[in-house]
Amino acid sequence: MDMANSLSSLVDGFGTALSPGNVMWAALGVLLGTAIGVLPGIGPAMAVALLLPVTYGLDPTAAFIMFAGIYYGGMFGGSTTSILLNTPGETAAVVAALEGHPMARSGRGAQALAAAAIGHFAGGMIGTILLVVLAPTIAEWAVDMGAADYFAIMVLAFVAVTSVLGNSRVRGFASLLIGLTIGMVGLDALTGQQRLTFDVLQLADGIDVVIVAVGLFAIGEALWVALHLRRRPDRPIPVGRPWLGRAELRRTWKPWLRGPLIGFPFGAIPAGGAEIPTFLSYATEKRLSRHRDEFGKGAIEGVAGPESAASASAAGTLASMLTLGLPTTAVAAVMLAAFQSYGIQPGPLLFERESELVWALIASLFVGMAMLLVLNLPLAPIWAKLLRVPRPYLYAGILFFAAVGAYAVGGETLDLVILLIIGLVGLLMRRYGLPVLPAVLGAILGPAAELQMRRALQISDGSVSGLFDTPFSVGVYALIAAIVAWPLVRRVLRRVRRRATPGARVPRG
Amino acid sequence: MTGIRPWLRERSELGVCALLLVLGALVLGDVLTMDVDIEQRGPVGPTTMPTVVGVALLVVAALLAVDVLRGGRGEAEGGEDIDLAAPGDWRTVLLLAGVFLGNAVLIEPLGLPASGALMFWGSAWVLGSRAYHRDPLIAAVLSVATYVLFDSLLGIPLPGGPLMEVL
Repeated sequence: MDMANSLSSLVDGFGTALSPGNVMWAALGVLLGTAIGVLPGIGPAMAVALLLPVTYGLDPTAAFIMFAGIYYGGMFGGSTTSILLNTPGETAAVVAALEGHPMARSGRGAQALAAAAIGHFAGGMIGTILLVVLAPTIAEWAVDMGAADYFAIMVLAFVAVTSVLGNSRVRGFASLLIGLTIGMVGLDALTGQQRLTFDVLQLADGIDVVIVAVGLFAIGEALWVALHLRRRPDRPIPVGRPWLGRAELRRTWKPWLRGPLIGFPFGAIPAGGAEIPTFLSYATEKRLSRHRDEFGKGAIEGVAGPESAASASAAGTLASMLTLGLPTTAVAAVMLAAFQSYGIQPGPLLFERESELVWALIASLFVGMAMLLVLNLPLAPIWAKLLRVPRPYLYAGILFFAAVGAYAVGGETLDLVILLIIGLVGLLMRRYGLPVLPAVLGAILGPAAELQMRRALQISDGSVSGLFDTPFSVGVYALIAAIVAWPLVRRVLRRVRRRATPGARVPRG
Repeated sequence: MTGIRPWLRERSELGVCALLLVLGALVLGDVLTMDVDIEQRGPVGPTTMPTVVGVALLVVAALLAVDVLRGGRGEAEGGEDIDLAAPGDWRTVLLLAGVFLGNAVLIEPLGLPASGALMFWGSAWVLGSRAYHRDPLIAAVLSVATYVLFDSLLGIPLPGGPLMEVL
């Protein structure tokens, strides 16, 4: 598909996205997304998981337009919380607190909020334009990918999320294996063999992804918070309407434009979404700034750049999810599950088979972004009021919606019990530092990975070489080997360096 | 260093190792009880993946145990409403789990509007809310509105229970 072709598809997409019904879903999505982003304790992944059952009553286009609104809206709202409260809930918003909160404390909260909101808008816009330009090309190139290539890329996703995220690989792998085990429950896709069902009839269909996602994200989080609930929540700093003066604009426009260049590529690879690019953007802005001494005390560049990178990384995430069927963040993993529940398989063929849906979704990203800017700039003080919601209601509400959603999946009481068990697993994982994303990815992607592996081995008649017979898969395995070997290499390098400079103290960590 | 209890309390993460060990044994046990030769299509059957995952679970359980014994600790997750300095309030968690299971038992006989409202009120109470007029009101409105949204507007059937038959 060439550029002109994708532009005309995009115009058609706007036609669909701007129909009154779809504008309403986009508006609902960004409203919910912003509210959820602002509300403490709820991240976009939990929000999308809780809303999965609602989509059973919607057509796919409407559902994905709403999901995309929630994803982007959550990013906008999350920075409000970290600037005004200094206790970021989403990892993507950690960096916003570094400079944004000191700004709010020194009475420049309005400027911090504006720099963040416009940064999200700029990053989202540039990121989505990159998505429009690159996605069809990636899809076209990926059409020739075979079973072995898909298996390789899924293994890469597993290894990358367990190795890059968090600070303990063993715990990452433990989480991944828990997810893979949950994904295996049910009838084997190729032979119909019962696995891990223990002759329970309801388990033969497997554990629905909604139950897994809601259990790990919603129940797990609510119970974990309940275990350590802060009895007196922090008071948010009161703030006026966001605005920027000329001097601030001069300092922020370059970070806004630089952020997406860092954010988009990192969103597209399985490296944990917005966490790494926001830190990289922060470091870059600190290095390039003429006001380096202000960093740590409220430098506006440190809000503008990372926030722009965060939104662009969301667009990069969508690029991988739509063109390769590869979720790189928790939200994308849950969205992939939603696609599958409609019988749609994201991947290179998506742009051919579901062209209308994909382009309507992409067009709605632009529509949603415009809505978000309007919603967030003048209304920020109102959103900030959400920070005062009584915590018992907030977490009781999460438990309530989780139960309703899980029951709506199949009308089974047993699903509620499984939901609670998975929720308790989620609680333990948070307590002992096991990252949640590998488990969700394992449960959602595990069955697909197994299927691709067995297909590849069927083609090669059982010979293991069937997994390595394309240049692409060999390249991916080389990359995996590099990721696995990296800490060892680093340790050796450090030892060599220490020997080269005797007596020098090498910082650990 | 007196007695085994403080030693274990300090290393409670070993419980995670035990869970992984049990899970691995469960997966491998399931592989052993499968009748694979019924319909084995292709060289790699339905047992390959569980075998790999099961063995990996045992290995990771062992590696994690070694890490914990050498002083490694998983870092508990922080958050806006989380105060890690406070000791864990397991009573609240157990009560919430009880309220949640209560809803699972009651949802079919009572219907979602009634059981859901009870669950919301119960959870809010467990979490420390004591507004005896406002709490049940919010619970009832939320529960009935959600029921109407799912059942009537979205067309996803939920049990209404006797209450909804009267209305």
